Amino acid sequence: MSQSHSTTPGQTESHSADHGDVKSYIIGFVLSVILTVIPFWAVMEGDLAKSTTVWTIVVAAIVQIWVHLKFFLHLNFITEDGRASTFSFLFSALVIVMVVGLSVWIIYESNAMMMY
Amino acid sequence: MSSIPSSLNPNSDIGGHGDSHDHEHHDTSGDTIFGFWLYLMTDCLLFASFFATYAVLFMNTAGGVSGKDIFELDFVAVETAALLLSSITFGFAMIAAHGQKKALTLTWLGITFAFGATFIGMEIYEFHHLIVNGNGPGESAFLSAFFALVGLHGAHVSAGLIWMTIMIIEIVRRGLGTQTVTRLSCLSLFWHFLDIVWICVFTVVYLMGAM
Repeated sequence: MSQSHSTTPGQTESHSADHGDVKSYIIGFVLSVILTVIPFWAVMEGDLAKSTTVWTIVVAAIVQIWVHLKFFLHLNFITEDGRASTFSFLFSALVIVMVVGLSVWIIYESNAMMMY
Repeated sequence: MSSIPSSLNPNSDIGGHGDSHDHEHHDTSGDTIFGFWLYLMTDCLLFASFFATYAVLFMNTAGGVSGKDIFELDFVAVETAALLLSSITFGFAMIAAHGQKKALTLTWLGITFAFGATFIGMEIYEFHHLIVNGNGPGESAFLSAFFALVGLHGAHVSAGLIWMTIMIIEIVRRGLGTQTVTRLSCLSLFWHFLDIVWICVFTVVYLMGAM
């Protein structure tokens, strides 16, 4: 908790911000369903150009990850716990973008230069 | 999370007795959950390296099948629905647990378990189907990377199901004490985290692979 000597009302308040309520889960669920149906529809039924389809599913995935983080995992910038979790997530996301993005970039380039 | 380590905090009774014990107990639950969150962040890196491996190897099919030949999106859509439903039912279980409603918590956990087991059952069926049709993990770099990445996620979900079984037994036997709710909160983070990883899996592996 934010302060080890805080009173009970303060703790209850920060708790409800940390574990959410029925409404936030319902909102998160509805948004997730929409953001899942769109990419599946785009690939299975849609006759969009291939690059448009790729962008659609990537954007839908990123927005859905944000929805899950906000409505299911309750990351926030308001409570102290929320901030600590959010910043540790953002740091991990940065490391992941570097690990995956740069690895793929390096290997694709070396493949292109050595094979063709 | 305590901003002041308890050993430096003049208000905390080190090695405390009696009612200060409850207080200390309450403080550490936030630390436990945050510590578990940090573990999940390192788990993200494990998944990230498997995704990087898949992204590098998915075109190397060694003359065998590619994603387009083996992925059935109808099937994957049902798996996705099962996992997404299990996320919201776990959310309801957590709300019930924070409200100290034991029977309701157990009901929602049972429903969550059923959805999770459906997901794992479907994944085992998919893997078995691939292997008996001669598309096992040893056939090509693409299939090795596919089985490793999807299998790693499946192993995590299976571990989550085992953990959930243990939590159900614990709640039945001990009720919803502070420590039990803290453990349930950690499992809830784990479960929602696995749903996020699944979003990346169905986008990168199945949807992009089937295009």
